[in-house]
Amino acid sequence: MSSIRSYIRANGMTSLLEVKDLVIKFALRTGEVTATNGVSFTLEKGERLGLVGESGAGKSVTGFSIINLISKPGYIASGEVNFLGEDLARVSDERIRSIRGNRISMIFQDPMMTLNPVLTIGTQMTETLHQHNPQMSKAEARAIALDKLRKVYIPSPEKRLGQYPHEFSGGMRQRIIIAIALLTDPELIIADEPTTALDVTIQAEIMELLMELCETEDMGLILITHDLAVVAQVTQNIAVMYAGSVVEKGPTAQVVADPQHPYTQGLIAALPQSSGHGERLNQIPGMMPTLKNIPPGCSFNPRCPHVMEVCKQQVPSLRSGKNSNLAACHLYPPEKDNPSAR
Amino acid sequence: MIAFMIRRLFQALIVIFIISVIGFAIKQSVGDPVRELTGISVSEEERVEFREKLGLNDPWYVQYGRFFGDAIQGDLGTSFFYKRPATEVILEKAPATLELVFVSSLIILLFSVPLGVFSAIKPDSLFSRALMGSSIVGVSIPVFLTAIMMVYLFSIKLSWLPSYGRGELVMLGGWGTGLLTLDGWLHILMPSVALSSIMLPLFIRLIRSEMMEVLESEYIKYAWAKGLTHRRVWFVHAFKNTLLPVITVGGVQLGVTIAFTILTETVFQWQGLGFMFMEAVERSDAPLLVAYLMFVGIVMVGVNTIVDLIYGLVNPTIRIAGVK
Ligand SMILES: Nc1ncnc2c1ncn2[C@@H]1O[C@H](COP(=O)(O)OP(=O)(O)OP(=O)(O)O)[C@@H](O)[C@H]1O
Ligand SMILES: [Mg+2]
Repeated sequence: MSSIRSYIRANGMTSLLEVKDLVIKFALRTGEVTATNGVSFTLEKGERLGLVGESGAGKSVTGFSIINLISKPGYIASGEVNFLGEDLARVSDERIRSIRGNRISMIFQDPMMTLNPVLTIGTQMTETLHQHNPQMSKAEARAIALDKLRKVYIPSPEKRLGQYPHEFSGGMRQRIIIAIALLTDPELIIADEPTTALDVTIQAEIMELLMELCETEDMGLILITHDLAVVAQVTQNIAVMYAGSVVEKGPTAQVVADPQHPYTQGLIAALPQSSGHGERLNQIPGMMPTLKNIPPGCSFNPRCPHVMEVCKQQVPSLRSGKNSNLAACHLYPPEKDNPSAR
Repeated sequence: MIAFMIRRLFQALIVIFIISVIGFAIKQSVGDPVRELTGISVSEEERVEFREKLGLNDPWYVQYGRFFGDAIQGDLGTSFFYKRPATEVILEKAPATLELVFVSSLIILLFSVPLGVFSAIKPDSLFSRALMGSSIVGVSIPVFLTAIMMVYLFSIKLSWLPSYGRGELVMLGGWGTGLLTLDGWLHILMPSVALSSIMLPLFIRLIRSEMMEVLESEYIKYAWAKGLTHRRVWFVHAFKNTLLPVITVGGVQLGVTIAFTILTETVFQWQGLGFMFMEAVERSDAPLLVAYLMFVGIVMVGVNTIVDLIYGLVNPTIRIAGVK
């Protein structure tokens, strides 16, 4: 991976997405809380990146911040979201709107809640096209919608366009939402737990469809999930988040096979197939801290089996572990000038 | 949809049946039909004979059957005071009340939608805060007080608007309408504003709270994520969903508005059903009271049925439930 990166950099090409030191805060009545604390990652064109971590780690807010759509009272306090070199955290409302749903599409978690119950599928598809291409004719928009519905294997799409969301199953709705994401041939799709709300039996099916489409259409994908097994299947790179920070990132296969950060190690050990048959799952003891009481030093230190004195005082920066993974952990010597460690 | 409609109509019939039972019960306990037909100077024997002849000694269900049969044919008895069929009196007074309710519904609709929507999408603006504050005050001022204050200001102090009556009417068949002349509109303005003053704040708050709830939903967040404009998200995605509960509550509130016409009409001496009702109460005109109750009950059932059907048209989930 790093060789591709250095090649791209050396040739002066811009990455598809470069999130840099992103700090997201929530201005609550009881005071400000920091939901992400300096998150950085890069995505090349057509790359699929997994964003994993426990509930509350800040995955969703990170995903939404890319299109500058954090629900109030959240806001981007500092950092950059460079999309093809343009910092989306700083562009006008008009500009960001022309990118949302056009060049960056989102897929939400629960397809039962995502579609508007009183508008037909056809309306909800063509409105996106008309919004981003005002001069497009109705017939043209319809033709594109039908084409995309076929791409996600919706049978008899002509008939389906006139129907309402409640006439579809959860799996079908998520296919439709994927079709909506494809409408404008975006460069990037952000999928926030796209299968967790679905039946186990169709989760794999939807995931496969999404991956296949990203591949054939050469779209970048940020896949947000708890599920390491899914990430291992779909993505090329992983960023592991814990309490608002990226604690480890690297090529998916390497992170799964040889995790460097104790938190990632814990996550992998907790996977069902890692513990022997009939054994208890090896859950990481303790709970992730809430935003209000993140401990000083490394936020993982109270749960860490390798905790040292320094962990309670100093926030570790990202550094190479024993392999090329980057891990924010004091177990490894800090690096002074590793550009991608920042 | 057809099945849905049939079901709704069937429910409406049941409600009308119940209303007729109540009307019958009132008539039984309040009205003495012998008094209706005879004078005081009739002897006791003649009265007994009269009761027998009228079937007043029949079992109650036979009497109810007769009452219901008559009612279906539009015969609700004769008014003591007017000495005319109660139905005829009702139909003569109904246009005034229906026009009053119509105009105040129009006022409610015209103001509550934009104000409710605005205060939902800009809840922190000064205007929204002022609106919410004043709507609390508005709800708590009784109608007659609003009415009297308006009369004082616009009729007595400023002499802009007439304080009573319906003004110049135009007859359309049997329907005397005040909505075709300027004078009629000047007359209906204050009563309808007074009548809408109770419901308007409620509707603004209802639309606002429904809309705010909708704006928090996932599908609205998704609409933003699709890059749609504010206009499209607010007025198509959010407003359409806001409408559903507002229609339901609106139907019920319309019925309540009819009840409030009694107060409004009394203050403005508006010659409608409410005014007539107060007079009938004073005169213990039982047949007229029963006729009023039946008429208003049927109108309310009719309105609610229409509202339900509209709801069915707006809500795609119901449409399908009917087709199944
Ligand atoms: N509207 C909000 N107001 C206050 N705090 C919020 C809000 N939305 C999110 N947060 C906080 O931000 C943190 C990150 O939330 P986020 O939804 O990104 O977590 P996540 O990693 O996506 O978790 P999950 O796996 O449960 O979806 C959480 O601690 C949450 O409490
Ligand atoms: Mg989430």
